[in-house]
Amino acid sequence: MIANLVALAAEEQQNPLVPAGPELLIGALAFAIVFFFFAKKLLPRINKTLDERRELIEGGIEKAEAAQTEAQSVLEQYKAQLAEARHEAARLRQEAQEQGATLIAEMRAEGQRQREEIIAAGHSQIEADRKAAAQALRQDVGQLATTLAGKLVGESLEDHARQSRTIDRFLDDLEEKAEAAR
Amino acid sequence: MSADQTELAFDWSCRILSDNGCGFPAPGLHSFLFQPIFTVGGFEFNKVMLLALLTTLIIVSLFYAAFGRAKVIPGKLQMVGEAGYEFVRRSIVFETLGKKEGEKFVPVMVSMFFFIWIMNVWSVIPLAQFPVSSVIAYPIVLALLVYLIWVPLTFKRHGFVGGWKNITGYDNSLGPIKWLVSFIEFFSNLFVRPFTHAVRLFANMFAGHLMLVMFTVASWYLLNSYMIPAAGVSFVMTVVMILFELFVQAVQAYVFVLLACTYIQGALAEHH
Repeated sequence: MIANLVALAAEEQQNPLVPAGPELLIGALAFAIVFFFFAKKLLPRINKTLDERRELIEGGIEKAEAAQTEAQSVLEQYKAQLAEARHEAARLRQEAQEQGATLIAEMRAEGQRQREEIIAAGHSQIEADRKAAAQALRQDVGQLATTLAGKLVGESLEDHARQSRTIDRFLDDLEEKAEAAR
Repeated sequence: MSADQTELAFDWSCRILSDNGCGFPAPGLHSFLFQPIFTVGGFEFNKVMLLALLTTLIIVSLFYAAFGRAKVIPGKLQMVGEAGYEFVRRSIVFETLGKKEGEKFVPVMVSMFFFIWIMNVWSVIPLAQFPVSSVIAYPIVLALLVYLIWVPLTFKRHGFVGGWKNITGYDNSLGPIKWLVSFIEFFSNLFVRPFTHAVRLFANMFAGHLMLVMFTVASWYLLNSYMIPAAGVSFVMTVVMILFELFVQAVQAYVFVLLACTYIQGALAEHH
């Protein structure tokens, strides 16, 4: 049996480095199928998926970055608004103070003015009263003087015209004397 | 040839210290010859061809399952497939050729890597137990394909004269020895290179298979009387060799594809 085998082996003894035609063919066919399946179908598909995934990840990162930028800008806006509000409040306070001061000054001025007005009115009233009093006094004094003089001289100074002239002369004299005395 | 020679070579009754007079049924070239499973018009279809076609079937179905309905959020199989794909794409093709030049060679290199790897892995799959790439025809097909890529590419990229300068390494600054250098380079690149490319893969798998068969057969052959411990040693060696072969199978697929990329890179490179 072994002898048989050895004989068989010797008969079939061939160079293992010499390829057999059919095997080359099958090898080429087997590889060609694998290659075309990869090149035409599977690799384009997986490449598309990988690209989609990369875009998704990059998109996510971009989104996060955008959100962060927005948050930052909102924060800055908020801070600016806060600062502005503070500034505004300070300005308003200042303005109110100034207005208050002006108001007080105005009211003070108004009070002053009113006081002066009242005083002036009082003065003029007094002056008018004084004049009226002087007028009345002058008449009374004239009448008294005339009556007194009539009693003294016994002469009725009824005559009005004369009476007036006399009184006026008398008073003028008095005034002249007063002027001279001053 | 009336029966599977490998099967004939292995005689179950043949044991050490038994007196039926047979010696160690050592594996040899006959371990790489197979009886045809069927014959169609003179075309003999054997086990190795079947394994080669099964290789194609397995790769296509596995990767179809992984990438057929590729999702942005990958499943387990897709993740494994992507890892393998990205390994060949980035660690082999882009590393040697760069992203720009390498992109169009990715499909051929990816299919080549997995094709060779699975052909090698058959070596340790029960019932198959034969590396397809230990039959020279299969490495030759792939080495020839690589050869047919890089040689025309050299002339396409550098023109006729430039292409020859690239292949022969012709360099005026070398002075009179430039002819010697050119001759060696010409011979080395155009003839030795495709041969070694194919034989490197073939010989590794051939030797690996011989070792596996030898330790496996010896484990049985030594299993008699006081030689049983030796059978144990042989069996341990079988397991060790299987692990080692698993490593070699992947490494050889990697080396073959890496060399293919290096040849293409040389074809594209500006000559010195």
